[in-house]
Amino acid sequence: MLTLLLILLPIAAGIITLLSGERLAKQVALIGGLASLGVAVFTWLQFDPAAGSQFGFKYAWAASGSISFAAGIDGISLVLVLLTTFLTPLIILSAFKHEYKSTASFYSLILFMEAALIGVFTATDAFLFYLFFEAALIPVYFLAAVWGGENRAKVTLKFFIYTIFGSLFMLVALVYLYYQTPGAHSSEISAFYQLQLSPFQQGFIFWAFFIAFAIKMPLFPFHTWQPDTYTESPTQATMLLSGIMLKMGVYGLIRFLLPIVPEGMANWGLLAMILSVIGIIYGSIIAIQQSDMKRLIAYSSFAHVGLMAAGVFSSSVNGLQGALIQMLAHGINVIGLFFIVDIIYSRTKTRYLDQLGGITQSTPHLSVYFMVLLLGSVALPLTNGFVGEFLLLSSVFQYDGWLGAIAGLTIILGSVYMLRLFQKSMFGPRSKWVEGFQDLTASERAVLLPLVIMVFWIGIYPNTFLKITEPAVSQLLQLVNN
Amino acid sequence: MSETLLILIPLLPLLGFLINGLGFPNLPKGAVGIIGTLAVVASFVLSIMTFNAFLAGGSQPFIVPLFDWITVGELKIPFSFQIDQLSLLMLMIITGVGSLIHIYSIGYMHHDAGFGKFFAYLNLFLFFMLLLVLGSNYVIMFIGWEGVGLCSYLLIGFWNKNTNYNNAARKAFIMNRVGDLGFLLGIFTIIATFGSVEYADVFSKATGFQVGDPVIVTITLFLFIGAMGKSAQIPLYTWLPDAMAGPTPVSALIHAATMVTAGIYMVIRSNVLYSLAPSTLEIVGIIGAATALFAASIGLLQNDIKKVLAYSTVSQLGYMFMGLGAMAYSASMFHVITHAFFKALLFLGAGSVIHAMSDEQDIRSMGGLRKKLPITFLTFLIATIAISGIPPFAGFFSKDEILAHVFEHNKILWVIGVLGSLMTSFYMFRLLFLTFFGTFRGTHEQEHHLHESPASMTIPLVILAVLSAVGGFIGVPEALHGTHYLAEFMSPLYDAARQVNPEAFEPTILSHSEEYLLMGISVAVALVSAVIAYVMYVQKAAVPEADTVEKSALQKAVYNKYYVDELYDAVFVKPIKTLSNVLYSFGEFFIDLIVNAFVKLTSFLAGQLKKTQSGSTGDYVFAMVLGIVAILFWKLLL
Repeated sequence: MLTLLLILLPIAAGIITLLSGERLAKQVALIGGLASLGVAVFTWLQFDPAAGSQFGFKYAWAASGSISFAAGIDGISLVLVLLTTFLTPLIILSAFKHEYKSTASFYSLILFMEAALIGVFTATDAFLFYLFFEAALIPVYFLAAVWGGENRAKVTLKFFIYTIFGSLFMLVALVYLYYQTPGAHSSEISAFYQLQLSPFQQGFIFWAFFIAFAIKMPLFPFHTWQPDTYTESPTQATMLLSGIMLKMGVYGLIRFLLPIVPEGMANWGLLAMILSVIGIIYGSIIAIQQSDMKRLIAYSSFAHVGLMAAGVFSSSVNGLQGALIQMLAHGINVIGLFFIVDIIYSRTKTRYLDQLGGITQSTPHLSVYFMVLLLGSVALPLTNGFVGEFLLLSSVFQYDGWLGAIAGLTIILGSVYMLRLFQKSMFGPRSKWVEGFQDLTASERAVLLPLVIMVFWIGIYPNTFLKITEPAVSQLLQLVNN
Repeated sequence: MSETLLILIPLLPLLGFLINGLGFPNLPKGAVGIIGTLAVVASFVLSIMTFNAFLAGGSQPFIVPLFDWITVGELKIPFSFQIDQLSLLMLMIITGVGSLIHIYSIGYMHHDAGFGKFFAYLNLFLFFMLLLVLGSNYVIMFIGWEGVGLCSYLLIGFWNKNTNYNNAARKAFIMNRVGDLGFLLGIFTIIATFGSVEYADVFSKATGFQVGDPVIVTITLFLFIGAMGKSAQIPLYTWLPDAMAGPTPVSALIHAATMVTAGIYMVIRSNVLYSLAPSTLEIVGIIGAATALFAASIGLLQNDIKKVLAYSTVSQLGYMFMGLGAMAYSASMFHVITHAFFKALLFLGAGSVIHAMSDEQDIRSMGGLRKKLPITFLTFLIATIAISGIPPFAGFFSKDEILAHVFEHNKILWVIGVLGSLMTSFYMFRLLFLTFFGTFRGTHEQEHHLHESPASMTIPLVILAVLSAVGGFIGVPEALHGTHYLAEFMSPLYDAARQVNPEAFEPTILSHSEEYLLMGISVAVALVSAVIAYVMYVQKAAVPEADTVEKSALQKAVYNKYYVDELYDAVFVKPIKTLSNVLYSFGEFFIDLIVNAFVKLTSFLAGQLKKTQSGSTGDYVFAMVLGIVAILFWKLLL
């Protein structure tokens, strides 16, 4: 039942936010986000990693008895629910300093988005998963389309159509799988795991899933919607997209692709892996010369997600565990970095590196937070990024030495573009744009401090989270290897 | 010696970092210096206690487990420390020299606005450096490895208003990362081969391999790439001279005495693996020799006091790798120790000079400083004699031991080594004479300001001078009727390596008279160079020409460091930037073009399909007939 509560609570909070009027909306939304976090932490405390899917519920869906409204939480779901509920209140808080028009709608959309995301990560029924997968698109679409930048209309439409298009492939695959299940049919994801599919069927389903999730993350070459969307969206929508929503794609690979079509993986995994590795290098190289800070981080995010996918395609325990811990780390770092760009932008009215410089001279606090998040993002040991990157790269390396070495270039390229980002904005002579730059306010620190704490927590004691996911991952790998 | 105390050795500097780092705007300057320094001195005292306890306990290595860090599947990476001969020696150098440099910094950085930040970073550096040498597995070493790289980055770019300094810092970090990738791939291969990263597991399993096994060769090559980055060997050395942008105590501690020797530590730590891979060792030796000579030759014509010392460091690190290449692990460690003394001393001395000269670093503007800075001069002189390899000072014993092993191993490398010694002695005495002899060439204002440094700066100089003078006696060769305490102490480290490759550890075949000859040659070479330098720069009082004066082609090449930076810029930096722009403008455009074409195609097909829904019954009947015919054809004919 906790799962149901986790999904319904943000919806309820969103509705209350909407009703509470423009003046109180912020606070109500924050309380709603924190309440969800509370429930998630409570769930974590009750959670037994060894016991499989827990706290579940299952209601028959009106028309058909075999498709059901069913969700539950295993280790993999739990870490992503924790990530979602941890980041959502911070995203809400990060918007406090902005005066958005129609405040109540803005904040309630964030909460609706949270509900949909939790739904995606907990659904145990394939069609419910699909429903949430699509539903998650709606709030973020409106956030981007209503509160975005100048080119928002064109950019968000492309994003919307592109991802909807991708999900249709998944829908086809799901319907097909549904009709393959024996007897009265079942759309439980676990029922799909039991299917005996021919290599041809597996290949077809492999690509259907791959395209859907590759567009969502995005992976090379399905990524062209992403930099524009990240850049044009209001910061909070960018945070939702990059911090949490792209994890739906990685989650989908783990939950659907690997266990349902292991032979498809065996046949086509190498190609998918190569595309992922190309994306890592391609994204990193493009990030090197970006001048718009937001776009730079967008490309870096694209590169990082490529590595996560590569880890998943290695179908090894290192790869999966690495991808899971990296999803947490990436969510934390990327949200922090986008927030810092937002802080700089709101004070200087520019995001262009050529116009910035010397901010650090008046901002000891901002400098430290920025630096820590940057170190997490370049995977310095004892920060959150290292654990994931280490495991992921080791899994790719064991899959294929050359691919591992090429993917490894990310640690060099990553430091090239990240240090350039930091140097051009924070160091050097003070630019006229940053005159009178004030250090962080209390509410800004309230957003950044929890993120920084998590950077070190995951970096210093990753076993907290690795242990949650370990049993679920090894179960999954058994399915893959059978 | 309880384990809690041992944990404090790295923890105290971390604590110092946190206190100074979080509290420096509110802490008085005096407190900052004292907290930062005390943290390290206490660490040093604890290291000595650990050392004594280790000796008293019969020199038994032990492991201190702290917690499980990363556990994934079969792979367990514990966070734990290993105490043995090697980690203890490194502990002593790091905390000992580190303490002196902290004391020195109180005086040197006194007027700097970033005083608190400086001490915070310095303490953080020591924390990571201590992790590097204390870790009981490769991944903990990697934590320290990257951590010191970060601190090096922060300290090179300490004065971050200056774009050149920032670029130098960034270059150091990125170039180190190139090496780190090699290290990382080495670790991955170790995991794939041994299923563990713990030294104890890896080395005991390694004894089951044959000498020359390709997997071991691969691992050692990967690890060596890491060492090349951190220890500034060809081709990854160009960051170190640029790193001189940092405050001088940083150059002394990080870019001379400790961090840059991490590569040597790594090879000695992995001596079992390297002893199994003679082909890798060949490469290590050749790269070391090439670096030793190449960097020394650049040092000959540099006019920035710190740049000379920087190239000298690169060159001396080359000697250490030369020694490793000849499997003279202890000799290389010996040189790490003596080099830590005299090179830290040289940098601190240079700092004292720069301090007195109001931040002037060009030796062409110095001269005659020995009268105004007597303590600095005397200590600098001792260091110069020590690095030049003149007995009985420290550098003589360690360098001579390396050269003797190299001679046995490979005569060509030995010749290169001696040539390098010749240059070393020349550029060092050139530096000494130009700085401290002759007449003052700076401005009146600078002359007016000239002063000997305060006691907090000169006391570390004196202590290091004593160590540079007598430090060599821990390893007197048998030929000179001494005892090599260091080699005896380190000997148990090679037990496993001895077992897998016994031939490599056979005692020297050089006779005493041969050894005397070798010593004689290297001492003679050093003395001759010193005399030439004396004649040129003291008797003839020559001063290097101003940059505007036209030079010969060779001089120009050397003076401009053989244009290696320009080469890297043209081969790596510029093409990557161009590629980045091309991918962004054309790559993305092209992919989008395909996406859009696809959209167009879809809507076109949709349009075509739409036409089929004409609503006319005739059309439908026609289509049906066509379909039936098609099915019949298919059924009947195929």
